[in-house]
Amino acid sequence: MIEMTVDGIPVQVEEGSTVLDAVRFYGIEIPTLCHHDGLSEYGACRLCVVEIGKGENAKLVSSCTYPAEQGLFVRTNSQRVVSARKMLVELLVAMCPSSKTVQDLASAMEVTQVRFKVDRMNDCILCGLCVRMCEEQMMAKAIGFVNRGKNRKITTPFDLKSDVCRTCGGCLYICPACELRCQGPNADTDLCNACLNVQPVCLKEEDDKMCFLETCGWCYEELGRKKKKMEKK
Amino acid sequence: MRTADIDRILKKHDYKKSALIPILQDIQAGHRWLPMETLKYVSEKLDIPLIDVYSLATFYKSFSLKPRGKHVVTACCGTACHVRGGPKVLQELQNELHIGVDETTPDKTFTLETVRCLGACALGPLVVIDGKYHGQMNTKKVASTLKKYAKKKK
Ligand code: SF4
Ligand code: SF4
Ligand code: FES
Ligand code: FES
Repeated sequence: MIEMTVDGIPVQVEEGSTVLDAVRFYGIEIPTLCHHDGLSEYGACRLCVVEIGKGENAKLVSSCTYPAEQGLFVRTNSQRVVSARKMLVELLVAMCPSSKTVQDLASAMEVTQVRFKVDRMNDCILCGLCVRMCEEQMMAKAIGFVNRGKNRKITTPFDLKSDVCRTCGGCLYICPACELRCQGPNADTDLCNACLNVQPVCLKEEDDKMCFLETCGWCYEELGRKKKKMEKK
Repeated sequence: MRTADIDRILKKHDYKKSALIPILQDIQAGHRWLPMETLKYVSEKLDIPLIDVYSLATFYKSFSLKPRGKHVVTACCGTACHVRGGPKVLQELQNELHIGVDETTPDKTFTLETVRCLGACALGPLVVIDGKYHGQMNTKKVASTLKKYAKKKK
């Protein structure tokens, strides 16, 4: 067993697990995008950043690829982490505003503006999920990354119909860019944020949140407001 | 490229998967570019998925998947060459050859490419033709240098 400290709490994890596994096991939420159970880790989206180490030596690492170490000091929601994550989500929205997954992340993190040029023609965020799905679960290896730099993209060899693709649709199923946002591909705004503006019915009726699904952005906001009210009192 | 030649190269590298890059380099040295059939053949022989071979070949700029001419002209666009007049030399090369960057003349004699710094900045502006460095290039020297190569058979 490895012992580490997560957000000030001493935790024990099995050897060989990643920091993400450990933190999630203890019920602390960390947003991820390119991580998927059953697929190898790739570390492309960096959304799962956490801060490790203390003081001046603290640094940001992607928790999905960082192995749990004895005595590691992890902070999952420090100021640095939160602002880094928000910036990453902004960049993701700029790359792929039509994706529901990305819009949901933006709402959940209260990202209400995008300061980058939004590219509506671009879709793929190069998370590599499709490539790993095809290789590791479908045993096909029909698609992969080609070119590099700004020309990097996912395709079949020579952009031709692949001989080894079994048209299983696994790549489409897992692709976060293929899942369209609620308003469809031609929405008026770059950011959706609809979830930030809808009040969950339960909150009004019960004065407590009754849904224990993944937290939506609105609940975060409401919690914040409540906290402020309490502080005033 | 004949299959026998590819087989020879594969054999030289012991059919090792890890030798994919040197294998492709050797093939390109003999054939100047990498045709689709060749990549498919290599992928089969080495038992490497075609997409991996294709990914690798498209990742490195020194591999060409498009036919190249007899002589490859590479103009340096690095910082040092740039400030010494590299862009003018490149323009002159384009004017002389009547092709753009990454294109090949219709008679398949010249292919024009660019590169970011060859590590010989003191020689800039630099133009490399078939591996030979032509330093201190200027617009006046371009035409005569190209002519020398146009005459050469290979
Ligand atoms: S549909 Fe083809 S490319 Fe997509 S995961 Fe299946 S085998 Fe791979
Ligand atoms: S096509 Fe989809 S799954 Fe594949 S890398 Fe792009 S965004 Fe990710
Ligand atoms: S989930 Fe860790 S980098 Fe994407
Ligand atoms: S910039 Fe041309 S060789 Fe360095």
